[in-house]
Amino acid sequence: MRPNATVPAVPASPAGKLLWAAIAIVGAWCLGVVALRRGEPINAIWLVAASIAVFVIGYRFYGRFIEHAVLKLDPSRATPAMRHPDGLDYVPTDKWVVFGHHFAAIAGAGPLVGPVLAAQMGYLPGTLWILVGVVFAGAVQDFMILGLSLRRDGRSLGHMLREELGPAPGVVAMFGVLVLMMIVLAVLALVVVKALTHSPWGTFTVAATIPIAFLMGIYLRWWRPGRILEVSIIGLLLLLGSIWLGRYVAGSATLAPVFDMDAKALAWWLIGYGFVASVLPVWLLLAPRDYLSTFLKIGTIGLLALAIFLAAPMLQMDAVTRFVDGTGPVFQGNLFPFLFITIACGAVSGWHSIIASGTTPKLLANEGQARMVGYGGMLMEAFVAIMALVAAASLHPGVYFAMNSPAALIGTTAEHAAQTISQWGFVVTPDQLTQTARDIGEGSVLSRAGGAPTLAVGMARLLHEIVPGGGMMAFWYHYAILFEALFILTTVDAGTRVGRFMIQEIAGLIHKPLQNTESWTGNLLATAICVGLWGYFLYQGAVDPLGGINTLWPLFGIANQMLAAIALMLATVVVVKLKRERYVWVPGVPAIWLIICTLTAGYEKLVGPISFTAAAQKYAAALAEGKLLAPAKAPAEMQQIVTNNYVDMALTGLFMLLVVAMAAFTLRTMLRAWRINHPTAHEEPYVSIDAVAANAP
Amino acid sequence: MKGFRTAWSRAVQTARLCCGVPDYDTYVRHLREHHPERAVPSYAEFFRERQAARYKGTGGRCC
Repeated sequence: MRPNATVPAVPASPAGKLLWAAIAIVGAWCLGVVALRRGEPINAIWLVAASIAVFVIGYRFYGRFIEHAVLKLDPSRATPAMRHPDGLDYVPTDKWVVFGHHFAAIAGAGPLVGPVLAAQMGYLPGTLWILVGVVFAGAVQDFMILGLSLRRDGRSLGHMLREELGPAPGVVAMFGVLVLMMIVLAVLALVVVKALTHSPWGTFTVAATIPIAFLMGIYLRWWRPGRILEVSIIGLLLLLGSIWLGRYVAGSATLAPVFDMDAKALAWWLIGYGFVASVLPVWLLLAPRDYLSTFLKIGTIGLLALAIFLAAPMLQMDAVTRFVDGTGPVFQGNLFPFLFITIACGAVSGWHSIIASGTTPKLLANEGQARMVGYGGMLMEAFVAIMALVAAASLHPGVYFAMNSPAALIGTTAEHAAQTISQWGFVVTPDQLTQTARDIGEGSVLSRAGGAPTLAVGMARLLHEIVPGGGMMAFWYHYAILFEALFILTTVDAGTRVGRFMIQEIAGLIHKPLQNTESWTGNLLATAICVGLWGYFLYQGAVDPLGGINTLWPLFGIANQMLAAIALMLATVVVVKLKRERYVWVPGVPAIWLIICTLTAGYEKLVGPISFTAAAQKYAAALAEGKLLAPAKAPAEMQQIVTNNYVDMALTGLFMLLVVAMAAFTLRTMLRAWRINHPTAHEEPYVSIDAVAANAP
Repeated sequence: MKGFRTAWSRAVQTARLCCGVPDYDTYVRHLREHHPERAVPSYAEFFRERQAARYKGTGGRCC
């Protein structure tokens, strides 16, 4: 260790102190307005300003504390990219470029969906969890895993787990990742299914992305190799064209029925699509789609921010609704623990630990830039989650509940839905519901759970306010749907492919030739297994009595928070192994919190009124009496629902077992390291940045 | 003008990196310096190789 390895805190100037005091006061004032004003709607700008103040203060003080005290990052220490650049994976890169890349990799559909679902409890619980969660858990996880990987040659999460905790915990965690991935793919695909059900306009535009991607792929491969920008602009124009064309498809008597599908049919199409997309060469479909979705994602997030600032909408949802008691229609369960697993991405997301130990640590040119990329990147994602919450909370609450409640509760007609929701205390007329549907160019807005349609309506309203034009709301709605569907489908393609490689690797242990990724037998077999795994859950969601999201989102949340807990446990172990025990609470407390949340949520999903077990027993009992419960129309379908719930139950049990096992491994390693009086972490030896200065970007 | 050009090239570099294509010039410089015996690929070849490599790993992408 070099004597100046810990950087002394820069003494703050009087002007600096004043500035931070001012930010703190403004932030506290805005939060006060958000939290305390009752009875009259408040403007979304208060919420946005409070969030920004919290992020800035968290970044400056807590992020800095972790950087200097806990991780002891050292700008004079050479990063993996500086030590052995190879021009491909290990490349010292400008910090803003790394930041952009990292944010684009972590931002996905997650932070847009969770907060929208959580809005059923009002905007306040979700906001507070996002703000507290990101500063003390989410950003801590991303930053610390990035810091650990930086000191370990950019190694992956699985590799670090094996090294620091032992081979068995490594295998357990990687198995957890594979199962989590299947659930993620199924739930995200279900979001698309819910958005496109009986929506010929939406289905047409999403289908149109396939030939557009083919065209882009061929253009990039043969006509103008590698011209990504050019081809992305062409692709974007074609996409906008397809949205415009979609209106005529939806209005045509011959074409509309072709693209008008129910949830089951859409699920089958997606399963077939996932199979084909992951078997085709990447340059033809997957890669060009990926480019389009990446740029569209960043562009649309920017557009949403602009719309919120310019339109400055009022929040129409109550700060806290009566559904904090666990009787909500969107997802079941009390505020604790279900709020904390419903909003995963945006507050804390386990998935990020895979990215923070993937490409990003191989690109950083200096350890001093890790806080901006790791901690700052996650704060940006939390900001996206806050914007999604604003978009949902600025909708009429009646419309929000009509869109997100299952048909089993609100029925299938606007009259019945309006009556039920008005009885809940959110007064809405059938006219308001049908008018919303007409505005966005759809037949109905009822029971379109999954977050995407709600966000799309919210976004369409905001954009419609800042960009004038009659009838443009329908265009914006379908733009927002297309943008979400596009990047979800890209995740499905890429995830299926990765899952296929993982399965081929496992299959290779049994029969060697199956491991060959060039072999068609191995390829097709592994893809079929992978698609079958997530396809099962997707189809289950499509036929689910409560609309699917209600059932499957908690499963996804539990799995994602489980991975976050594992990542934070790794960070806790390393802090102890480095003999910095006094800071063990920094990753330790959020790890314990996530363990408590996942285990409590898991337990409630195993036993009690809202459990998978109870649902299975209810249908099994009705089946035994020869009765049929909606939406089942035959005994076989009843049996299917019973089986599905038992599968979900088993999976929940498995996740709980994984968490408990990992906690036990962590405790064992920690106790051992505590007793040894010297550091035992597996860091790479110190190399001065001056020694490798020739590699600087 | 120079500032604008740097900003633009950074933006292009970021956009390409988001798609899994690292900076071509950096790679060529690295090859020339450290592996002069190897042939320098054209941008098209480099792009194809990186495109195929992106979807083999652990899929750096979030929910």
